[in-house]
Amino acid sequence: MATLIERETATRETRERNPGMPLDLSHVEDVRVNRSAVERRAATLPARRTVKKTWQAAWLLRAITDIDLTTLAGDDTPGTVRRLCAKARRPLRDEIVERLGASALDPRVAAVCVYHNLVHVAVAALAGSDIPVAAVSTGFPAGQNPFPQKIEEIRASVAAGAREIDIVISRAHALTGNWQALYDEVRAFREACGPAHMKTILATGELGTLRTVARASWVCMMAGADFIKTSTGKESVNATLPVSLVMVRAIREYHETTGYRVGFKPAGGIRTAKQALDWLALMKEELGEEWMRSPLFRFGASGLLTDIERQLEYFVTGRYSAAYHQPMA
Amino acid sequence: MTTPTIPTTTPTVAEIFETMSYGPAPESAQPAADWLDAHRPHLRLFIGGAWREPSSGEYFESVNPATNRPLIQVAKAGEADVDAAVAAARAAFPAWSALPGHARARYLYAIARQVQKHARLLAVLETMDNGKPIRETRDIDVPLLARHFSYYAGWAQLMARELPEMRPVGVVGQIIPWNFPLLMLAWKIAPALAAGNTVVLKPAGYTSITAVAFAELIEKIGLPPGVVNILTGDGRMGERIARHPDVDKVAFTGSTKVGRILRRATAGSGKKLSLELGGKSPFVVFDDADLDSAVEGVVDAIWFNQGQVCCAGSRLLVQESVADKLIAKLRARMEKLRVGDPLDKAVDIGAIVGPAQLETIERLVRTGVAEGARMWQPSWACPTEGCFYPPTLFTEVAPAATIAQTEIFGPVLVTLTFRTPAEAVALANNTAYGLAASVWSESVNQALDVARQLKAGTVWINSTNVFDASSGFGGYRESGFGREGGIEGLYEYLTPKWEMHEAHEAAETADAGETAAQANGANGRGRRQRATQAAPTAANGHGNGAHVEHAEPDGYDPVENPLLWPPIDRTPKQFIGGKQVRPDSGYSRGVYGPDGALVGEVGEGNRKDIRNAVEAARAAAGWADATAYNRAQILYYIAENLSTRADEFTGHIAAMTGRPSVDARAEVERSIERLFTYAAWADKYDGAIHSPPLRSMTLAVHEPVGALGLICPDEYPLLGFVSLVAPAIAMGNTVVAVPSERHPLAATDFYAVLETSDVPAGVVNIVTGPHDILADVLARHDDMDGVWYFGSAEGARMVEDASAGNMKRTWCGYGRPRAWMDAEQGEGREFLRAATQVKNIWVPVGE
Repeated sequence: MATLIERETATRETRERNPGMPLDLSHVEDVRVNRSAVERRAATLPARRTVKKTWQAAWLLRAITDIDLTTLAGDDTPGTVRRLCAKARRPLRDEIVERLGASALDPRVAAVCVYHNLVHVAVAALAGSDIPVAAVSTGFPAGQNPFPQKIEEIRASVAAGAREIDIVISRAHALTGNWQALYDEVRAFREACGPAHMKTILATGELGTLRTVARASWVCMMAGADFIKTSTGKESVNATLPVSLVMVRAIREYHETTGYRVGFKPAGGIRTAKQALDWLALMKEELGEEWMRSPLFRFGASGLLTDIERQLEYFVTGRYSAAYHQPMA
Repeated sequence: MTTPTIPTTTPTVAEIFETMSYGPAPESAQPAADWLDAHRPHLRLFIGGAWREPSSGEYFESVNPATNRPLIQVAKAGEADVDAAVAAARAAFPAWSALPGHARARYLYAIARQVQKHARLLAVLETMDNGKPIRETRDIDVPLLARHFSYYAGWAQLMARELPEMRPVGVVGQIIPWNFPLLMLAWKIAPALAAGNTVVLKPAGYTSITAVAFAELIEKIGLPPGVVNILTGDGRMGERIARHPDVDKVAFTGSTKVGRILRRATAGSGKKLSLELGGKSPFVVFDDADLDSAVEGVVDAIWFNQGQVCCAGSRLLVQESVADKLIAKLRARMEKLRVGDPLDKAVDIGAIVGPAQLETIERLVRTGVAEGARMWQPSWACPTEGCFYPPTLFTEVAPAATIAQTEIFGPVLVTLTFRTPAEAVALANNTAYGLAASVWSESVNQALDVARQLKAGTVWINSTNVFDASSGFGGYRESGFGREGGIEGLYEYLTPKWEMHEAHEAAETADAGETAAQANGANGRGRRQRATQAAPTAANGHGNGAHVEHAEPDGYDPVENPLLWPPIDRTPKQFIGGKQVRPDSGYSRGVYGPDGALVGEVGEGNRKDIRNAVEAARAAAGWADATAYNRAQILYYIAENLSTRADEFTGHIAAMTGRPSVDARAEVERSIERLFTYAAWADKYDGAIHSPPLRSMTLAVHEPVGALGLICPDEYPLLGFVSLVAPAIAMGNTVVAVPSERHPLAATDFYAVLETSDVPAGVVNIVTGPHDILADVLARHDDMDGVWYFGSAEGARMVEDASAGNMKRTWCGYGRPRAWMDAEQGEGREFLRAATQVKNIWVPVGE
């Protein structure tokens, strides 16, 4: 039996990537987002959907495989990154995996996400695991670097072995409504990525309105984003359910319009197992089960894994778990 | 999507990891089951603070519609129980109403806290008894229940200072439906208690359990015995409560059919009545709406509580240009809805309340299909045990289809399309109902303009089915009258302090028309004194009343008093559509003075004159859109023109009534003053902006009732007429006024005043003739929105009975005396409230 990662990688590679399309501003202009109604849906959805017991365990296991296990700190060193990669390979204690009856699934996180300087360390640490390394790029997190440097940064990360690139958009383009400039920028990033998959970070906490979020989502998808991603984790407001709802609705509309599937990555602020279940329910309700799997869905998170481990240990033992029972990254 | 039934074998983690399916998420029924067990063999009645077996000795089964299994036996109240409950409420009333507001506030606050402390038990019991999903009872019904008591605790606290002129009505009979058993109980009991009334409440037969659980909470907080009495039983007991002679006010929520029965049953009794009835509420989606959010709105509109919601957005009106897109999105969304065990936390749609309701839904859906509409249901199947019905969407529905007109009260949505905003409004208003509406558009101009034009008591912009105690809820048209929530809701349980209810007082002065000046004892004297002072003052002010000051009632000077000259024959006609027209009958009726002498003649109005007048009043509906400033200016102008003819009016009034000229003059001056009062009010009786606990403004807009029939009091031929017409038109209504039957000439003289005062044609129409015949035609006219009747008690009964046809708003004097000269009784907010209805427009904000 192929491991989970092998199978999902295979699915991803047989599915055609979103090639993008010429900028069609009518899609941008047609955007209508009613904030209050979106917030109501986002507030009631977690109250309408919940999973318990075996279902909850299975969903949390799924959530682990959707995680881009991330470290993006000024004090990252090769040592901390190697620890993170070890955790990525074995996110759950074997004992828990066995008692979940999930050994055959060989659950692993979806990717490890680091700064460019540490890509080579992560690539080496993950060798043989087939876990991709993702690099944040293009002047992460603020995106205020010169454009040529951004292109260079992407190329360097891809050359160092990154198979996924998380780029940040120039917020100024979105805030000033310069959609052509945003499109051109993201299109150029996509070309620079080559075979690497591109996640486009909108930094929604800095875009002001949900309508601008929806418009920027459309432009990035038209420019060829493989994923659209909420946040860098460095804005004062990061992933929220209302923002996510707006983005997944844009993904749905883009799919209905073009036939291409674009992935979604909420990042920043998702720390609890309960939150992870809410986001999975959002994906299931708005986009369907296909968008609950790592080829089309990721959590950008660092602390989330520990809480999920604790909940799964509780499920298999019946005892509430302590954080110190879970091996550190 | 599959329905959430518990699988026979639980799949493994690995299997679910692949399917990512939902599993069961049951809310425990155990505490509720324990509660029921503790109450076996049956629930009892709560009368006078004690638990009693029903006098009938009979009980009936309450059934869980999700399982069709019995829950518990419930007491079936008999007639003796109704009498006992009303007597208990009556006995409790003096002390309860005399409590300081702060004391009542403490009780209501305690109820709110009890509800919060026992929230989950109430929610689970409600779900088991009614079949609605636990998500709704837990997140919506029970929190709103607590909120309502908390809100009205506030009014209890403030009432004495804020509404010093009002007093509680007395004993209130309340009959509530099965769709929101606890919430409707709160809407009824909270304002009634806050105002100082005592209550006899009857829950619906399907859903009695939580009312009993609630009674236990109020028992626990020590609410004085008899303040709230709970009678479980069948619909006949509801009617008996409504008919009980010692009940002063009846409040009902339920079907329009039963509302009509109650309107007729209480006609002429003088009981206050509020009715919250059915609906076929439009859900209007414009091409500039956030369509994905509108789809969620539809879910909340018609698949909330299985569509068993009086204000359910059951008619989807969508702009043609986006109709296909919206319907496709809607179908995709419907595939994701989950129907099943209402105690499952992840269920969207629970059980229909009972087999009879399920059969009604199935029958109407069959009718819809038979009439050619296109029916669509999601691919998944409903549970086969219990009363379940899948969400259902009809497209290609014509306005004439049965399912477009009839309230289905189930999870069935019908879709119609429109091309323009005007057509959307026309379709939306093409219904006998007017409870609620929802408007979806990202244009604030469009949304608010459409909201303004919709005939509905509540309009939700870019939202639906949101409720709050601060914002009144209730219908236009045949969705009933009265409001629940807000200060409007409090007024339903209050009456002016000056009003005397005792029948013998009314009887003593039943013939007040003859001796209006003496009517009403002390009030009459007070008015008389003020009147005699008023005339000279006013006369001096105008400088044209010299002869009045010198006038001697018993010694006419033929030179100064033109009434003694041979009169030029005058021919007052009907005043319809701004024109004087001959009466359809071709007959005239004599107007006689007190000595039997013929004073003049007026047209003998008949039903065709009324018909024409109503048409004219309808055609003048644009008056509602005239600016308030404009209406004020016209009222001032009427006053000005009346003033210049004061002598003429004085003379006619004196001649018709035989009252002293100085007294007649006082009536004229008071009429001028009253016109000023309503000119002043025209641009000041504003609505309010409520602050519900949402990021939303609720605009409580005072809108005119529409076309009003005004049957003017016989006494005070001019002032009685002005006292009704002026507030009505000040608020933007158009009127068909039937002036004093005995002394109509003051009103016919008024034609000339109206004609010279820039009153648009049709705003004021006047038909003279026999009161009760004309009132009957007006009350039966389905294009009249309201009738005010200030004639006899029997006439009031007749008017209220006949009004049930289209559930028009009535306001009757029941033959009781009213001191029209007195400002407290003859003018003010009571009149303005009758002339308006409140529309609450919810405007969520935020970009």
